[in-house]
Amino acid sequence: MKNEFQVIANLIEKDKKVLDVGCADGTLMKFLKDNKNINIRGLEISKEKVQECIAKGLTVIEGNAEKDLKQFPDKSFDYVVLSQTLQAFLNPELVLDELLRVGKKAIVTVPNFGYWKVRFHLLLKGTMPITKTLPDEWYNTPNLHMCTIKDFFYFVKSKDIKIFKSLALNNLNSSIINESNLGFKNLFADLGIFLIEK
Amino acid sequence: MNTKKDIKTLIVKKPLKLDCGKTIKDFPIAYETYGSLNSKKDNAILVFHALTGDQFVTGINPVTNKEGWWSYAVGPDKAIDTNKYFVICSNVIGGCMGSYGPSHKDNYQKIFGTNFPVITINDMVNAQYNLLDHFGIDKLFSITGGSMGGMQVLQFISNFPDKSKTVIPIATTSSHSAQNIAFNELGRQAITADSNWKDGNYTSNETNPRKGLAVARMAAHITYLSKKGLQEKFGRKLQEREDLKFGFDADFQIESYLRYQGSVFVDRFDANSYLYITRAMDYFDLAKQFKGNLSEAFINTKAKFFIISFTSDWLYPTQENKDIVIALNSIGADVGFAEIESDKGHDSFLLDIPDFLSALKNFLDKSYEEN
Repeated sequence: MKNEFQVIANLIEKDKKVLDVGCADGTLMKFLKDNKNINIRGLEISKEKVQECIAKGLTVIEGNAEKDLKQFPDKSFDYVVLSQTLQAFLNPELVLDELLRVGKKAIVTVPNFGYWKVRFHLLLKGTMPITKTLPDEWYNTPNLHMCTIKDFFYFVKSKDIKIFKSLALNNLNSSIINESNLGFKNLFADLGIFLIEK
Repeated sequence: MNTKKDIKTLIVKKPLKLDCGKTIKDFPIAYETYGSLNSKKDNAILVFHALTGDQFVTGINPVTNKEGWWSYAVGPDKAIDTNKYFVICSNVIGGCMGSYGPSHKDNYQKIFGTNFPVITINDMVNAQYNLLDHFGIDKLFSITGGSMGGMQVLQFISNFPDKSKTVIPIATTSSHSAQNIAFNELGRQAITADSNWKDGNYTSNETNPRKGLAVARMAAHITYLSKKGLQEKFGRKLQEREDLKFGFDADFQIESYLRYQGSVFVDRFDANSYLYITRAMDYFDLAKQFKGNLSEAFINTKAKFFIISFTSDWLYPTQENKDIVIALNSIGADVGFAEIESDKGHDSFLLDIPDFLSALKNFLDKSYEEN
């Protein structure tokens, strides 16, 4: 399991009810279910991935986060997880609002466009950056609204969303982000992980 | 109309009050079982059949000598694995494969015909519930069925919320739409317009309304397929001829196919049963039973739901299946949902669609492991 999921799993206490939005093949769901006795649900748009979740014995709903989150009642999950997909929605702000309506807390991870490799790629090569977390070409990337850790940090603050914990992830290392080291983390982390609440 | 020597029957002694207000008792429920019930009695799956189905789910149907209607899904090592599970299916009341229906006789030894009480999906599942007592099963492992079978699944878990661990409605709806009712009415009108129907008082196989019933079946059959599926299978291909004949014989293969479907259907199905069962489907509106709030139908159950629809099904489209998912999610029920890609239309649930069958198998087997 990738390190990002390990960090997410560490943020969630045992026996909670969790919705994984864009749960893909269910790797994180299965881990949470087996190791933390989590009552876990997934929402996934890809038919293939839905089949993989069912084969793992996971409860998954085929659907689209932009349309299908509204069916869940307010605060019906302890945590709602959204891993590396916020930037792929037509309206990320709306999705974020929905995550925080459905979940008592939300865990959102964003690939950091401020990562030094990304910046260097654009600066030196003059072409759209391609990295481990951003593997696609400009013409086939699903990402519509790239942001940096700093962007997300200030965006969340401007919406009066409470940040419980923000972590910077670089390869295997995760570290706390705070207002004083934000510029530094924004340069050296390729992924930001935010535990938030509204 | 059929030789019925191979039909197992449970006589229900307990009176059953029907939605129409009448009460029936000492009535037969015809059923069939596959696989064996384990000692813990926790491996039973109750399968509900669709409009023209019957209790003979898989293998050779001893009455029609044709493959059972769900042979692709049910059997040893299949999605519903009869090596592992005990499968029960019964003919719905109002039907014509041995359960109490309009071809049965009343107390005066006269065939009911349209004097048979109008029955509902609710009546059907209340009647079938008696099978649990018959087999001494306290809780089913699963209930499943497609189309009208799915309606019975929804009604069953609503009526008996703690009687099944898992619930799998397939290609179905919680409420018959105007379009659904319209197609059923077309079928009923075809039957009642046949002069042989005689207000339902036809008495023998020779004088029954074969033509009307065949037309009803032909019309319905179109609704079970998709435009794309029909086009790919038949297109404008001609039936055993080089060119158009400038007449009204079956020039096109699709015409011949529909005529064939109509003709084989009348050999195995009773016209009055067709009227009764389509009526039951039209009356089905689960939300209405709970003052318009579908979620209330499931508020008391802790069962695990898995709902399946098909992309090309326009009779019970994905959105109507999703409405059930939404109603369940809004009360925090345990519900999964998958829409299966298929161009075979509503009929997909009866066919060999690998993604469908593997999803069904995986859901059942994984849920059973967690038991």
